[in-house]
Amino acid sequence: MIKRIVLYIGNPAHAGTLKKLSYVALGLTVVADFLVEREHAVYIWDKIPGWGALYGFVSCVVIVLVSKFIGHQCGVMRGEDYYND
Amino acid sequence: MIDWFHPSVFYIVGALLLPFLRGKIQKAYMLLIPLLGVAAVFAMSAGTYWSWDFLGTVLCFGAVDKLSIVFGWVFTIMSFIGMVYALHVNDRGQHVAALLYVGGSLGVTFAGDYLTLFVFWEVMAFASAYLVFARREPAAIRAGYRYILVHTFGGVCLLGGIILHYLSTRSMQVGPLDHDGSLAFYLILVGVIVNAAVPPLHAWLTDAYPEGTVTGSVFMSAFTTKTAVYVLVRVFPGTELLVYMGTIMALYGVVYAVLENDCRRLLAYHIISQVGYMVAGVGIGTEMSLNGSVSHAFAHILYKGLLFMGAGAVIEMTGRRKLTELGGLYRTMPITLVLYMIGGFAISAFPLFSGFVTKSMVIAGAAHDHRPLVALLLTMASAGTFLHTGLKLPYYMFFAKDAGIEAKEPPLNMLLAMGMAAFMCIGIGVLPGPLYNLLPFPVHFNAYTGDHVTSALGILLFTGLGFFMLLKKLDPEPTISIDTDWVYRKGSRVFMWIASKPIASSDTYVGNVYDTWFTRFMLFFSSFLARIIDVRAIDGLVNGVAQFFIGLAGVVRVTASGLVRSYAATMLIGGVVILGYYLFASLMSL
Repeated sequence: MIKRIVLYIGNPAHAGTLKKLSYVALGLTVVADFLVEREHAVYIWDKIPGWGALYGFVSCVVIVLVSKFIGHQCGVMRGEDYYND
Repeated sequence: MIDWFHPSVFYIVGALLLPFLRGKIQKAYMLLIPLLGVAAVFAMSAGTYWSWDFLGTVLCFGAVDKLSIVFGWVFTIMSFIGMVYALHVNDRGQHVAALLYVGGSLGVTFAGDYLTLFVFWEVMAFASAYLVFARREPAAIRAGYRYILVHTFGGVCLLGGIILHYLSTRSMQVGPLDHDGSLAFYLILVGVIVNAAVPPLHAWLTDAYPEGTVTGSVFMSAFTTKTAVYVLVRVFPGTELLVYMGTIMALYGVVYAVLENDCRRLLAYHIISQVGYMVAGVGIGTEMSLNGSVSHAFAHILYKGLLFMGAGAVIEMTGRRKLTELGGLYRTMPITLVLYMIGGFAISAFPLFSGFVTKSMVIAGAAHDHRPLVALLLTMASAGTFLHTGLKLPYYMFFAKDAGIEAKEPPLNMLLAMGMAAFMCIGIGVLPGPLYNLLPFPVHFNAYTGDHVTSALGILLFTGLGFFMLLKKLDPEPTISIDTDWVYRKGSRVFMWIASKPIASSDTYVGNVYDTWFTRFMLFFSSFLARIIDVRAIDGLVNGVAQFFIGLAGVVRVTASGLVRSYAATMLIGGVVILGYYLFASLMSL
């Protein structure tokens, strides 16, 4: 069973279906965020529906771009033989 | 009836007996020891046991309270899972080291005084170093030596702090230290945060863990940093500095994980990131955040062990460790993939997985303590966690381009160990109650509120969207990243260069100056002395004396004619002269 699911996901022929399913999941998450109660909110942004989605996306982009910038422009990434061992 | 039995005794005595066993008996024995450990933790209740007076201080091996019991639970459970995972390994040294390592960790957990704590602390450092050496490759051996050196530095700081603390308070009891800014406070803090891998003292972890053996690194991922977290909770709750350090740590690990190509090093950077949550929770120091730190340590040991087991299984079966060389394994290792993904979902704090009910407690602790920036940054780091551990690593390891590797699922014992850890990850996530009951403070927190679930899903799924949009940028690159281990890996070469170039050449220069000026001047001066004094004066004197005696001898020779009458005449003349002298003298005195 598990093997069949994994093989289905891995098969490039099903990439389109998976993509559609993913968009549905993203949409449902945002819609659900509008429907829940927000009595536990501590900060103003916790009260905004869709905040999690926005913050997650922005965080992801910021982390990737900032890290790659540091890695490439600040000389952090070096060849594998940098330490000669 | 024994009211308390130290679980470390099983591990340490057990480790010493293990080399005498062979085959199936040895394997059964390897499983029996952790089971006895679990039983010992199950049987214990709060109290103080096994205390002795030693040279005027009290040594206490059994300070048991809720905090030490919860760490005792997770350490013994993880040691069982780790032993199942290592069951197929035919290297007794590794098993002995792993058992000693766990024994040291439990010894620290139940230590009531700093001296006992320190001794077990060092047992851990040396036992775990063997798990790196045991891979027996030059890179591993070098990393192992660096690991030992850094931990020796940390140990010396800890011991120095303990001694200063004892001198000022006359107490060795482990407990919260006064925030008095004393040297003892900071030395103990440095000693502990070296083991907690707080930047900039963290590089030993990402240096050594990927170099350890496949099974050894599973143990390493669980014990050293979390034992340090336990000591932080015990000794440094509410230390403001730790809030900032922990928050920086959480993001630091994430940034480096983006750049990393070695699969276990990527996971090691995420240990730093996850321990960052725990360190920040200790720094905030409220009951909620301390509960968060402890529960997150509990969950972390299991899911990080699971992730290291998954990556280890791939390394074991393919012999490759770089993401650039892996790919397409979903076809041949689907069960490993699924079990790994359970760990990935747990570390990313997906609802129904363990991280969700523990990590959110730390973040909520920060929010309730009015630290919005800390809460936001920790949330950002959790997006990064999913990005790498849940998406990047499995994508490039199991999917992406097919690297055409012939592989199959790992041995059954490895899958079973992973299955047990995966079961725990889901179990804690679905039913957090039993874990919450173990925590040191009463829990007034429910992770499963509607808005928390939807916003967590939003953060994670939209991180996934970002991942697939930026996929091209995220392709792993065959590089290594410079970290603070540069200081002692390259920096030591600068030191060696200073020693060999400026110091050695100035030594040569001084030598030349000495040679040119002093030696030559001395030679010149001595040859001058040779010519003037030796030749003219000394030789002259000696020769002169000799010449004088030769001349004298010539004169004397004339008188020494050998004729008796000449001698008689000489004596007669002498006698007349002497007589004449006396006569003359007596006449003059009249």
